[in-house]
Amino acid sequence: MVVPIGYAIWLSLFTEKQSGLGFGGTETVFTGLANYTAALGDRAFLEGFGVLLGYCLLYIPLLLAGALGLALLLDSALARARRFFQLALFLPHAVPGIIAALIWVYLYTPQLSPVVRAMDAGGIGFDFFSPEGTLPSVVNIALWEWLGYNMVIFYAALQAIDRSVLEAATVDGAGAWRIAFAIKVPLVKASLAMVGLFTIIGSLQLFTEPLILNKGTGSAVTSTWTPNMYAYTAAFDRNDYGLAAAASVLLALTAALLSFAVTRLTGRRKSGGARKEKTA
Amino acid sequence: MNRPRTPGRWLSKTAVNGALVLAVVYMLFPLVWLLTAATKDAGGLLAGDAFSFEGFDLGGNLSRLASYNDGVYFHWYANSLLYAGIGALACSLISVAAGYAFHVYDFRGKEKLFGLVLLGVLVPTTALALPMYLLASEIGIVNTYWAVLIPVLVNPFGVYLSRVFCAGYIPDEALEAARIDGAGEMRVFWSIGLRMVMPGFVTVFLFQFTAVWNNFFLPLVMLSDQKLYPLSLGLYAWNSNAHAEPDFYPLVVTGSLLAVVPLVVAFVSLQRHWKAGLTAGSVK
Repeated sequence: MVVPIGYAIWLSLFTEKQSGLGFGGTETVFTGLANYTAALGDRAFLEGFGVLLGYCLLYIPLLLAGALGLALLLDSALARARRFFQLALFLPHAVPGIIAALIWVYLYTPQLSPVVRAMDAGGIGFDFFSPEGTLPSVVNIALWEWLGYNMVIFYAALQAIDRSVLEAATVDGAGAWRIAFAIKVPLVKASLAMVGLFTIIGSLQLFTEPLILNKGTGSAVTSTWTPNMYAYTAAFDRNDYGLAAAASVLLALTAALLSFAVTRLTGRRKSGGARKEKTA
Repeated sequence: MNRPRTPGRWLSKTAVNGALVLAVVYMLFPLVWLLTAATKDAGGLLAGDAFSFEGFDLGGNLSRLASYNDGVYFHWYANSLLYAGIGALACSLISVAAGYAFHVYDFRGKEKLFGLVLLGVLVPTTALALPMYLLASEIGIVNTYWAVLIPVLVNPFGVYLSRVFCAGYIPDEALEAARIDGAGEMRVFWSIGLRMVMPGFVTVFLFQFTAVWNNFFLPLVMLSDQKLYPLSLGLYAWNSNAHAEPDFYPLVVTGSLLAVVPLVVAFVSLQRHWKAGLTAGSVK
């Protein structure tokens, strides 16, 4: 783990320059922090972070509220067939991210999709590939992939609550809503913070879903839409490895800062957490 | 929590289960679409009505899938099995061995080292992929099987999970007894420790297998030879053609369906294990 990071930092300090008139190949020159200033000075890179911010603001509250809400429903005394619900809600996690993105892009494509057709018939025409439509489109794919997964984590935490606490509250006359929000939710705060943390880290790496949207759908997603896409484009379209390495380092740095901030804010040191990385 | 039966209770019961059913519909709808869409030819797909049987051609899709480009699809399938199978097996062994060492032995700086492992869980994997590519091209293994296999051998979360499982499954007395009977440390690990922590091993294996099977960014960066592609990358390449050549749509859809099947089967049959993994991650 340490080696690639170290190597990335090292590489980010160099730039390949064409020597002379472009004859005699390239030479690698030490350029210090020039790659960083180049990345930070590039509007496309900064806009990528803007996109990420918008994405996080929309995605994370929806994911946390949705997953916790479903877990509370499943944990309530009224739910039936808990095993089935757990499995069915978790199942999208078994679908590779790339295939999830493909399925949804097909479901967004007017010629292919029964959904778009039904929506048109219902009078709510929505273009998933338009500039306003892209963010909800990507958020929807991510929600589909991760909602059930995080629901299972919350459900496990809820199940671990000492039942006698809940019984005592019932005896004291608290209703189901009161118990859910005054007792259960505060008791699973640690899981909430952990899932939030891993979701932020996962979100920073956003790549696969927008890439599929970018390729040939005519969507408003550009090839540098997220910082990760920016790094990829820099490395493989422009062959500027120094810039790509600098962008990767900046991204990892952002992740480190944010995880530090989240752990500080939530006040407690967590001893670990469930996997929440997008091996995109 | 037994409360008297009232009409209100019946109503809330319907509401709770109704909301859950709606969520399930949202989750399963795309998968059902994938299933029905895979039975259609290009014309039927483009007609858009995926839930009718118009243009039913599942057999044709499968045979085209098998024959296109000398059966390259099943070549990708074999590659995915190889990357995910071997990668996950080796990774789980390494993780369990490391977790076991953390649980059983005392050494200097142990908790600090474990803290470092936990920190590793937080490092974004895709931010590492590019540096890994540059590193791999430096040692000349870019565009080989190794380029995809080596990076998936290490998984900090697997190490963490293994330690939790070792603490739960392996009583110190069992190890002590084996040592008194004269077993060496390696022997104790192989025949006592590993055997006792087997359910944990399966859990780590399942998660790593899924992660590698679903891996996209790493192979995208590392591989350029189509023969080495895993499924995810191959389907991506086909999809890029589909916009110009609609005939690719059925190939991509049917290929996606087949690619999803093993994981769905694994998750349905190994429910106990993934639940154990998520529970250990959240509660302990």
